[in-house]
Amino acid sequence: MQFWAIQTLNSLALGGLLFLLSAGFSLIFGLMRIANLTHGALFMVGAYLGATLLRWVPNLWIVALLSGLIVAAFGFLLEKFILEKLKGNVFSQVLVTLGFAYIIADFCLVTWGGDPIPIPTPPSLQQPLRVAGLAFPAFRLAVVGIAVLAAIVLYLFIERTRIGAMIRAGVDDMEMARAVGIPVRRLFSIVFCLGAGLAGAGGVIGGPIMSAYPGLDADMLPLALIVVILGGVGSLVGAFVGSFITAFVYTFGVALFPQLAYVILFLPMIFVIAFRPRGLFGKFAA
Amino acid sequence: MTRKAGIAVLVALLAAFPFAAGEFYVNLASQVFIFAIFAASINLLLGYGGLPSLGHASYLGVAAYASALLTLKAGLANWAAAPLALIGTTLMACFFGLIALRATGLGFLMLTLALSQVLWGTAYRWIALTEGDNGLRGINRPAPFGVSLDDASHFYYFALAVTLLALWLMARFVASPFGAALRGTRDQPRRMAALGHDVWMVRWLTFVYAGFWGAVSGLLFVYYHKYIHPISLSLANSAEGLLAVIAGGSGTLAGPVVGAAIVMILKNYVSAYVERWNMLLGFVFVAIVVFMPEGVVPGLKRLWQRSRSRA
Repeated sequence: MQFWAIQTLNSLALGGLLFLLSAGFSLIFGLMRIANLTHGALFMVGAYLGATLLRWVPNLWIVALLSGLIVAAFGFLLEKFILEKLKGNVFSQVLVTLGFAYIIADFCLVTWGGDPIPIPTPPSLQQPLRVAGLAFPAFRLAVVGIAVLAAIVLYLFIERTRIGAMIRAGVDDMEMARAVGIPVRRLFSIVFCLGAGLAGAGGVIGGPIMSAYPGLDADMLPLALIVVILGGVGSLVGAFVGSFITAFVYTFGVALFPQLAYVILFLPMIFVIAFRPRGLFGKFAA
Repeated sequence: MTRKAGIAVLVALLAAFPFAAGEFYVNLASQVFIFAIFAASINLLLGYGGLPSLGHASYLGVAAYASALLTLKAGLANWAAAPLALIGTTLMACFFGLIALRATGLGFLMLTLALSQVLWGTAYRWIALTEGDNGLRGINRPAPFGVSLDDASHFYYFALAVTLLALWLMARFVASPFGAALRGTRDQPRRMAALGHDVWMVRWLTFVYAGFWGAVSGLLFVYYHKYIHPISLSLANSAEGLLAVIAGGSGTLAGPVVGAAIVMILKNYVSAYVERWNMLLGFVFVAIVVFMPEGVVPGLKRLWQRSRSRA
């Protein structure tokens, strides 16, 4: 019983982290039509920055915010000075993000070394929560809470604000959006920053669960890809649902069939691709 | 000088190479050959089909693992394991093609990437089969007609022969009416469909054919290294192949070969002096995409034509 309860909570926590990672990935893909392959590396660099910042700022949530802002600033520069130069050539843009994924990963290896750096759980959340005779790690519950909160804020931002409406217009029909005078260039910047920042903050929040280690980027990127393939490109709801499906399949896959976890991960993806290539909530096929 | 004479001179020079160069360079050349087959097979998809695959290491890696496992665990001889590995990997390409070709463009890129990451993760975790991070050791090179390939120059000639055959067959494929249809589906898929071509089938057959040659490069790869590690299935390996195609010039026959030589020489020299291959790989990627998007071969060709027209 404890096993199932803990694995369920682990799945929920991983799903929350995956949402922070893939919401930005999905919005960037939906709006700019590019797969941002630096996304795993941004998550990783966020985690490393968090580990360093925690030496001076002892609060994990503030550190997550700071780290997210730094990574968002980097995303801004990358979008402004490199991706914009290649506008209109989607394939080149994707290759550049792949190139930067390698540069960032190697930069992390040079700066922080090859050993994993643990990120401590905040002291107030170290005691497990006891419900009905079962113990739940409090920090994982907090991660789920934060992800849900982030999802609500993002949803309101996309659905209820003027900028959100412009982003939706751009995702649905880029040419029409330009034609009615929506400043699409500025939207690209905003969405890219937002996505990068969410990934960076997600790395810190995930830190106490997975810590910062070389290869974290390569572990997270395929999960984000699968989330977006499942949920559909450019859809927040899709990213949310896809994150939790992927997290459950992955967590229980690792727990029950550790050797074949990745093969199991692949099954829902095949199923969606076969019957609904644009994903569960996608508006168009990627 | 005609094209055929040029190729004959080049082949003669390559055949004479082991007499002139030391063992290090002979081995480096063998690696370039293996990588050239790999890059050329990616070029079939990217250059001629307009399908950006970022998961081609799957075919190299799976063929290499299949050959290693069949010889080490099932006790087969190399001559029996090689065709089985090729057939198995090609069948996998048939299946992966069904999935990946549900999309084109970046969707295709994401699907091929996701599929290859699944294999990479499985190779790491399925320790009972693949030994995980330790990799598989103790693989023997084959001995065709009783000639051992353990000698560097023997292996060089073996790799050269396979590479020439592979490149010739891929060139024939591209030059054939089917190759023309393939380029048609790249440039004008709707028009090709209207003309009665089955666009999906053209792409799928190309995908399978490219998977087959990826598998051939995988066999040579595992024979050369006598060792296989999950890293050969990684995104980095697919990306290096893609980089070779783009650096050399996609959609040209010579491009991937030149690109493979550039990437391999860079990789071997740099890793001999510094450990920062990945960072350099990233910078080379960015530099090529930003400053030389058409690649070395078309760029040089244009310079050559310009200098001739001026003379």
